[in-house]
Amino acid sequence: MLAHPSRRAVLATGGALFASAYLPAFAAAPGARDARFVVINLRGGLDALSTVAPLGDPRYAELRGPLALEAGGANPALPLDGFFALNPSMPTFARLYRAGQGAIVHAVATPYRERSHFDAQDVLESGLPRPVSNARDGWLNRAIAAIPAGARVAARGGLAIGATTPLILRGPAPVIGWAPQILPNASDDLAMRVLDLYRHADPALAQALARGLETERIASRMGMQGGDMNKPRGGLESIPGMRQAAQGAARLIAADDGPRIAALSFTGWDTHANEGPLDGRLSNLLKGLDGAIEEFESGLGPLWKDTALLIVTEFGRTARVNGTIGTDHGTATLAFLAGGAVKGGRVIADWPGLADGQLHEGRDLRPTTDLRAIAKGLLAELFGVAAAALDRDVFPDSAAAPAMKGLIA
Amino acid sequence: MANMTLGYRALTRFGLGPRGDDDIAAAARDPRGLLKAELADPGLALLDAPGLVRSADAAKMLFARVAEVKRESERKPDMPAMGPAAAPAPPPQKPPPTPEGMVFRAEAFARIKRAAEAKAGFVERLVAFWSNHFAVSAAKSGFLRVTAGPFEREAIRPHVLGRFADMLAAVERHPAMLAYLDNNLSIGPDSPAGKNRRRGLNENLAREILELHTLGVGGGYRQADVIALANMLTGWAFVGAAGVLGEPGAFVFNVNTHQPGPQTMMGRVYPAGGVGQAEGALADLARHPATARFVATKLVRHFVADEPPPALVETLARTFRDTEGDLRAVSLALVDSDAAWSAPPTKLRSPWEFLVAAWRLTRRPGEDLGPILGWLTMLGQPLWQPAAPNGFSDLSADWATPENLKLRLDVAARLAERVRDLPDPRDILERSVGAAASEQTRMAIARAESRQQGLALLLMSPEMQRR
Repeated sequence: MLAHPSRRAVLATGGALFASAYLPAFAAAPGARDARFVVINLRGGLDALSTVAPLGDPRYAELRGPLALEAGGANPALPLDGFFALNPSMPTFARLYRAGQGAIVHAVATPYRERSHFDAQDVLESGLPRPVSNARDGWLNRAIAAIPAGARVAARGGLAIGATTPLILRGPAPVIGWAPQILPNASDDLAMRVLDLYRHADPALAQALARGLETERIASRMGMQGGDMNKPRGGLESIPGMRQAAQGAARLIAADDGPRIAALSFTGWDTHANEGPLDGRLSNLLKGLDGAIEEFESGLGPLWKDTALLIVTEFGRTARVNGTIGTDHGTATLAFLAGGAVKGGRVIADWPGLADGQLHEGRDLRPTTDLRAIAKGLLAELFGVAAAALDRDVFPDSAAAPAMKGLIA
Repeated sequence: MANMTLGYRALTRFGLGPRGDDDIAAAARDPRGLLKAELADPGLALLDAPGLVRSADAAKMLFARVAEVKRESERKPDMPAMGPAAAPAPPPQKPPPTPEGMVFRAEAFARIKRAAEAKAGFVERLVAFWSNHFAVSAAKSGFLRVTAGPFEREAIRPHVLGRFADMLAAVERHPAMLAYLDNNLSIGPDSPAGKNRRRGLNENLAREILELHTLGVGGGYRQADVIALANMLTGWAFVGAAGVLGEPGAFVFNVNTHQPGPQTMMGRVYPAGGVGQAEGALADLARHPATARFVATKLVRHFVADEPPPALVETLARTFRDTEGDLRAVSLALVDSDAAWSAPPTKLRSPWEFLVAAWRLTRRPGEDLGPILGWLTMLGQPLWQPAAPNGFSDLSADWATPENLKLRLDVAARLAERVRDLPDPRDILERSVGAAASEQTRMAIARAESRQQGLALLLMSPEMQRR
């Protein structure tokens, strides 16, 4: 594919796309891991109790009624550690778990304790302890900026999947984006002229467009232009759409000069009615997520051993079933960790229990682990981000939630 | 500021962009008058066109097709039934258009056509703003796909120049909203139906009314208020396919599912009283000072700046309070303020605004509008299909992203290529941006290697991207 040789040439030689502050002063230390880190955000609030079920909790079956997973029956949950079992829609994750490459942290929440999706997502993505109107940057971007100089990750910035950049990846560190598309690329000549106009008339647009063109260059080299790869297959709530997003992200972060850190969002997890954990909506969503994990595993190939996926959601859902065979906005939920770099094969939980007195405000799973501690633990062990930077810059005012240790193998 | 620039600003900040006829010169003669003339035309927001049907009629078409598919599948028992879980593999060839697809496209094309032809387009901008404030998503189900367009015409447009309380009342009882936020499934636990069946309350609609439609998230309500409003809203539903309670697809208050008894929301008791109970609560929410502030902030953020100037927000909020939510008066206050005109053009046009502005400048009579729908989706703003009930973002940072700029470039190239017998792009620049054009943009267009490239450069210029 040499459709646009001139643009590639320009960008490869004189591009100077990323500020020099992000260029590595020296190569990574010998033997250091060239890690990949991907955050997948499940927008809408994942129902943790029908995803990783505490079958060992005496209150579980009664509380969950028609949404309860079961150890037996026609569609049994996949056993994990004797107490918890996994929704059968996630066979890939179950396999990774058995291979020591998948872990679950249960009863997790951000510091947010209200029930607005949008504030909750802002807290999750901004990394701030509480909602702030119009938060400007996200913790994953600030993490890139905090990675010690010399690591390749800082030089290559972040990757946002989709037509827009989510808050989690907004900020000073460079970010590129990718989405399946339906139009042929504009000519190189036009692109360079528009870029030139922006450089003189609107530097902010120049910077954004330059990065957009940079992604196209990498995507083209990784064989992602033309053919099937680029045709949208479905929304980010559909099984093929989730798989495709993961496939595209895996290709881009696998490139030697591509970003090391990526963020994806999947939608549709707000299961207020007819939740269908085994044969309906939630089951399909989990199949899509499981497929995405599989795409990362196969797409990253030999790099999978140095990869960690962190799968998060803004909050959990009510412990009880609501009036419409679904669940309403709740509090604690779970986080999945997957990848060859993860010390897996375990469910990490300080289980709060499901008895009436144990529920948060009498209705939700009570949080016992701060989500920020998990993210901080991964950033510390994958990239060597210092504790002070994690407590202050990446997750401001988070010293009370210190990095969780031993998440990385 | 020179009058030419003010005229350009009237058409871009408040309107949908110049059409490239003589409109920029006309706007320069009386920038405020152009906008006020639109606000003074009571019927301007309404939309009716051949092929558009009422939401209840659209729903009946859908019900009939579902019944037909069911009969088909019963005749051929080996065929998979329709349903959300069915058919994971896409069919190899394009299926024939479904009735819901046809209804959706007719609605979408009517909206695009209206936007393309509107004079300044200020009222259409207001329609899009309010439609996004009260967002529903056509992607949720077949029912939403056929009712999302009618929802805008029936619940939003009649009140854009009217009262906020009337818009709120029309929105919350519209079948599209009731279906989108699951209220048609919500059942009062102590209602006759709630006692018989093991189904009950769903908080979704009540929470989003408080958080997104009226008070805003800091507006002073608590979980107990959400539940109280949810209880009051039980019974607000639409009639099903069988038509037991009335016309299929139309709003109905179902006493059988309504939670009996008084409710207390935000310290105020709403006595039992059927549909009037929640209507009273909505009326109080509509006139709440927090609602005035929330709405004013969103309007200023949409039209003027991501960081809304506080004094301008206060002006609009005060007008909202003083006029009991007269939206024409609030819109006039925006036009009359100096701050709304003097703020620099920092806002990036949303994909909808960019595509409509580009289309107004380059459209050809009778042209297929289908590509615009596809490009809206590609640029992250599929028509009437936001990812969540808070609608599409109104912050420039959400649109000024690498991928979005790169995709806009591809769209601009495509738009410019399709135009044959193109006039000199320097003339188009004069007739659309005029004196507001920067020296750099003039030069870039003058140096273009072809007319097509010159037009694409104009479409991508900061003057066309920002407002």
